[in-house]
Amino acid sequence: MIRFAGDSGDGMQLAGDRFTASSAIFGNDLSTLPDYPAEIRAPAGTVAGVSAFQIHISDHDIFTPGDHPNVLVAMNPAALKAHLPDLEAGAAILLNSDAFDDRALQKAGYASDPRADDSLKPFKVYEVPMTSLTMEAVKPSGTKARDAERSKNFFALGLVSWMYSRPVEPTLEWVAKRFAGNEMVQEANTLAFKAGWNFGETAEIFESAYQVKPASLPRGTYTNISGNTALAWGLVAAGQLAKLSVFLGTYPITPASDILHELSKHKNFGVRTFQAEDEIAGVSAALGASYGGALGVTTTSGPGLDLKTETIGLAISLELPLVVIDVQRGGPSTGLPTKTEQADLLQAVFGRHGEAPLPVLAPSTPGDCFYIAIEAARIALKYRTPVIVLSDGYLANGAEPWPIPDTASLPDLSAEFGFATEPNKTLPDGRQVFWPYLRDPETLARPWATPGTPGLMHRLGGLEKADGAGSVSYDPGNHELMVRLRAQKVAGIAKDVAPVSVDDPDGLGGADLLVLAWGSTYGAVQAGVKAVRSAGGRVAHAHLRHLNPFPANLGEVVRSYRRVLVPEVNLGQLRKLVRAEFLVDAQGLNKVNGLPFRRIDIQLAILAELEALAGQQNGSTARKEDK
Amino acid sequence: MTDVASPTTTRKDWASDQEVRWCPGCGDYSILTAVQLLMPELGARREDTVFISGIGCSSRFPYYMNTYGVHSIHGRAPALATGLATARPDLHVWVITGDGDALSIGGNHLLHALRRNVNITIVLFNNQIYGLTKGQYSPTSETGKVTKSTPFGSLDFPYNPVSLALGAEASFVARTHDMDRKHMTETLRRAYEHRGAALVEIYQNCNVFNDGAFEAITSKDNRPSMLIPLEQAKPVRFGPDGAKGVVMDRNGSAAIVDVADVGEEALLVHDEGRPDPSTAFALSRLASGPHTPTPIGVFRSVERADYGSQVQDQLVAAAARKGPGDLAALLKSGTTWTVGA
Ligand code: SF4
Repeated sequence: MIRFAGDSGDGMQLAGDRFTASSAIFGNDLSTLPDYPAEIRAPAGTVAGVSAFQIHISDHDIFTPGDHPNVLVAMNPAALKAHLPDLEAGAAILLNSDAFDDRALQKAGYASDPRADDSLKPFKVYEVPMTSLTMEAVKPSGTKARDAERSKNFFALGLVSWMYSRPVEPTLEWVAKRFAGNEMVQEANTLAFKAGWNFGETAEIFESAYQVKPASLPRGTYTNISGNTALAWGLVAAGQLAKLSVFLGTYPITPASDILHELSKHKNFGVRTFQAEDEIAGVSAALGASYGGALGVTTTSGPGLDLKTETIGLAISLELPLVVIDVQRGGPSTGLPTKTEQADLLQAVFGRHGEAPLPVLAPSTPGDCFYIAIEAARIALKYRTPVIVLSDGYLANGAEPWPIPDTASLPDLSAEFGFATEPNKTLPDGRQVFWPYLRDPETLARPWATPGTPGLMHRLGGLEKADGAGSVSYDPGNHELMVRLRAQKVAGIAKDVAPVSVDDPDGLGGADLLVLAWGSTYGAVQAGVKAVRSAGGRVAHAHLRHLNPFPANLGEVVRSYRRVLVPEVNLGQLRKLVRAEFLVDAQGLNKVNGLPFRRIDIQLAILAELEALAGQQNGSTARKEDK
Repeated sequence: MTDVASPTTTRKDWASDQEVRWCPGCGDYSILTAVQLLMPELGARREDTVFISGIGCSSRFPYYMNTYGVHSIHGRAPALATGLATARPDLHVWVITGDGDALSIGGNHLLHALRRNVNITIVLFNNQIYGLTKGQYSPTSETGKVTKSTPFGSLDFPYNPVSLALGAEASFVARTHDMDRKHMTETLRRAYEHRGAALVEIYQNCNVFNDGAFEAITSKDNRPSMLIPLEQAKPVRFGPDGAKGVVMDRNGSAAIVDVADVGEEALLVHDEGRPDPSTAFALSRLASGPHTPTPIGVFRSVERADYGSQVQDQLVAAAARKGPGDLAALLKSGTTWTVGA
């Protein structure tokens, strides 16, 4: 839901109206709620003079126009003051920062600038100098300064249209028609609109509300949390739980940078954040820190993951802990930086030269990002391996009410690993030495000895290591053994992760169809499954958080159903893995338009699958009767 | 770390059990010997010493030291070392690299490690060739060099590593060569004692693919007239009987003169501690390659807080300001509400 608010002379109704029209063309359900000032001639710049237009767009049926906007466009301080009370925590505010001078603040009744105090803290605030950017943008139209400023509603409209991927043409066509008699105004509005759109694109401003919320929340204390904040807090928690200092080596990239921003606030937890010169340096520094006994972490998105590949391979060879967080966005190449996608899965699982397996995890919801960070750290530390976490743009920026966990209930990661403190091998001549590749028979993890520990000096490197002693070895048999050991170590993690739970009211295998999904599709799949069930359909849902290795029971689960549907925001990557691993004929539901699944997409696909199943059943029954 | 007396070690303690596998006659041997002999003198601890390298002949170095070490990936040693030295300001981290590793594939990381003043000692083995990949030209090879990959002569203009490091405002920059153990040892000692990023370029002979690249300046006979020793607080003089010297001309360039012509008082007095790196840079431009008189020694050594210590200071300051991290409080730091209380 978006609310445009400004002075009654700011053209907010017009902006809202045009946005509504383009949304309708886009095919969204919507409801609107114009809100004119009660006093027709209220003084400009005052709270009483604020005019607003609210629009609720949705990808599913709307039952109410909604009371709490996700986005407030505030053209001046009065508009902010009037509408702030309606915002829920986590909402985005687009401020026209040009309008926040002392006089305007005073008129709105602000004693001090709200941008400077804590009142806007619960919100995501984007300060955009809309007036000056508009005036600059409309210059070519030859409009006089006084009139140029009037086009700022179109700037705001352009910006919001970018955020919500509204089509541009309907608005431009409308402007052309509406101002057909006045070419100057027509051009000014067009230029302002385009400038707003372009600003959104250049500044990579985006908002993706996480839309599926449970109707009634269980007991507990809640906070609103976005996926990126949850990842950052999860990493802080992991450091505390493991009693290690966290070292984040990273490079700014949309949509992952907020993890860096958040983590860099928490230095009092001993968290070191390092903004490196590039993606490669970010991950390499994190690996260097891990060698020194820190919890090394790097965060990125697709293009950065490409660059980090070689260092991740080194981490596999060195067998050191490393958490790699990939907040996926549309690819390939620069792709769609502000749009969501789940298309890095196969890259995460396979995208390195040589046999280079590593664990891959994915959070299901913004709140789950907290737990997945802890789980990733647990696996990385216990097995001395890099772990890739696949979040995405939808989770990263979407917020949901999150029940705050009791910290005492979080796992004690420090019990999962230890540093080597003494020699672990007696040579035939009686000498006690340290062998860096003498594995734990249970986990197959090698000992982790950090610099500063007397007597355990050893050399690691990317060259193949001799099993046990860890010196450089070109021996063919040893290489085969080491390749297999590294693969076994990662495969063995399956025993150490929770079995995938199946949401099937009729018990495992009871339903006709299993929907097997992963990552941010969780909310839409749950909603779709529930909708089908409430109409009597029998469908199960299993949601994977561990994508490599798969939970040990996954084979049994997928084989328990006659049909498996795998919805993904890619062209069928999990489906390919499931087919290859289990030889089941999983079906795909795939989209790659930069947007998350809607409940209705899932619901319709389930119904189609159930129908196909029913058809098969009838067919086979008929044949039987023939006999 | 506990504050106990420096350990007494010998060269043997610092040598690992690995067989050294450089080509016989390679300049790398003398550098390894110099370092292994220097470490006991420094009173360094093996467990607190880490050698990190990239890829190339020189990057095998860590395997031969009985310390902690990582033979990492091509070009990335400064980046790994940055993470380690920042997470562990208590360690002494060395970076062993070559001209291809440090200046070609890893050029970016080298510059940034220097400008950040990460507490690492970088030893750059410059042999002006790719040895491990068998003889292609490197970013320090002279223009026109004929190699396997440049049968008609290379077109690339070479880097001067000392100029590059000074351009990045490195806090310690020096040059030495593999034919003079004493000079090499003293230069490495100075680099070791410097807190912050120290870069030592070592002219190193690759006798297989680029034999004699530095002979014109480093052979015993040529040294007196071809090496310009930089010594703190002394006039820059060289040549048999110190007949030659260096002056700064009006344009800020350094020039070689006959001392007899200008008088000793006109010579540049070397000051490695000058805050402005310009004079050091001018000195680094004196020779266009190792075939004309070339300065060696410490070009620049200035004090500047190192990166890891500053990061550590911020952690301490944050804990003092906000108190030690409290996870439960962090999770409740946003707007919270209670359901069903
Ligand atoms: S190729 Fe050259 S640099 Fe490499 S080990 Fe042989 S002589 Fe030394």
